[in-house]
Amino acid sequence: MAKKNKKKSKVVKGQLGKKKETAREKMIGQTIGYRYDVNLLPDYSRLTPFLKKYIEAMGWDDLNWLEDVHMGYEENRPAVFDRNANGWVTIPSKIKLPNNQQDRDMIARELLVKFQMSPNHPLVDLKKAYLKF
Amino acid sequence: MANLKTGEKKTKAQSMGLHTEVLTGKTQQKFFNPDEAENFYYFGTYDVDFNKRTEIDVKDMECREANKKIDDLMKEGYGTIVIKNPQGKHSLGVGILNKLNLIFEGSLGYFGVGSMDGPIVRINGRVGWSCAENMMAGKVVIEKNAGSCFGAAIRGGDLICKGSVGARTGIDQKGGTIIIGGDAGAFTGFMMQRGRIIILGDVGINLGDSMYDGTIFVGGKIGSFGSDAVEAELTDSDQDWLKRKLKVAEIGENFDVSKMTKVVAGKKLWNYDALEPTEKKGAI
Repeated sequence: MAKKNKKKSKVVKGQLGKKKETAREKMIGQTIGYRYDVNLLPDYSRLTPFLKKYIEAMGWDDLNWLEDVHMGYEENRPAVFDRNANGWVTIPSKIKLPNNQQDRDMIARELLVKFQMSPNHPLVDLKKAYLKF
Repeated sequence: MANLKTGEKKTKAQSMGLHTEVLTGKTQQKFFNPDEAENFYYFGTYDVDFNKRTEIDVKDMECREANKKIDDLMKEGYGTIVIKNPQGKHSLGVGILNKLNLIFEGSLGYFGVGSMDGPIVRINGRVGWSCAENMMAGKVVIEKNAGSCFGAAIRGGDLICKGSVGARTGIDQKGGTIIIGGDAGAFTGFMMQRGRIIILGDVGINLGDSMYDGTIFVGGKIGSFGSDAVEAELTDSDQDWLKRKLKVAEIGENFDVSKMTKVVAGKKLWNYDALEPTEKKGAI
């Protein structure tokens, strides 16, 4: 009889223990707010070639709206928030993520633009169904 | 440099890429290949050429007629459109989701260039209430003054007013950067949630009142701080970014950013309940 490998999943409440918790976080046992720095300003020396082309194509001087895009987490997986679909888009597990937030944010920005411009984006179906003019 | 090299493909789902998360109690999965062809534009938008330029006179047009005309010109591939005689009409240039150079030779009324996503707009006059409300991306430059609720609820992009602005600038701001060359009125950054506001001049009372997050930089005097708005340390990174942004904004290039005051949320209003969003979804 084949043995089933049952892995016990660890229940992690927020990211407590990894940073200094506030009194309220200790009380409720969960992290309040973001688990990454949402106000981190982008390091332009780390722009990916794709992002450089995107900025040039749009005629902008910098990352523009992408300055507010960061690599976040959803259900303990790396993800990026797509404001157009109003949902978290998880990062494919095959993509190796660097250790620093600046590079991770650049990857998040690149993947988000590719996802939003993809013909598989959920808004494409909505637009086809509901476009008025 | 970010590393986007991918490993070996395993299952179909893994190889196809991104999955969206649980939405309204149902799991929605959309597959996407991060290696697919480069495309910089939304589905259904027009391929315009910045070098193809035209002018329209909207003096005798209603706002809807003028907006439709802009759309028609983009469909024909015009990437630079000059609007003559806007004469303070309301809601001009709204809902443009295309790359475009849009130039208004005159002033706009209420809700000008709202809900736009991508264009570069230059307005040679003044603007009324709620200019660029709900802007998603792009750049707007206003040469003169702006009314109240400037950049209300903007989510992204650069919104620049070279003159002064009224009250409640950046109210409910959720992203993007608002840059003001002159002074700003009371309740600037009221209930802002994310993004950045730069004011080179003075600002009125209750700055950043009830702000949840985001950053406000002030070059002049502050009337008073609002509820939960607190001063923070201006870092080297902040200063580098400020210099860069002021250059993009075409204002204050010689401004001494090291003397600016940085204002952030004290986070004492963060009284969220105990459940995190994922657990709430599980409970639906």
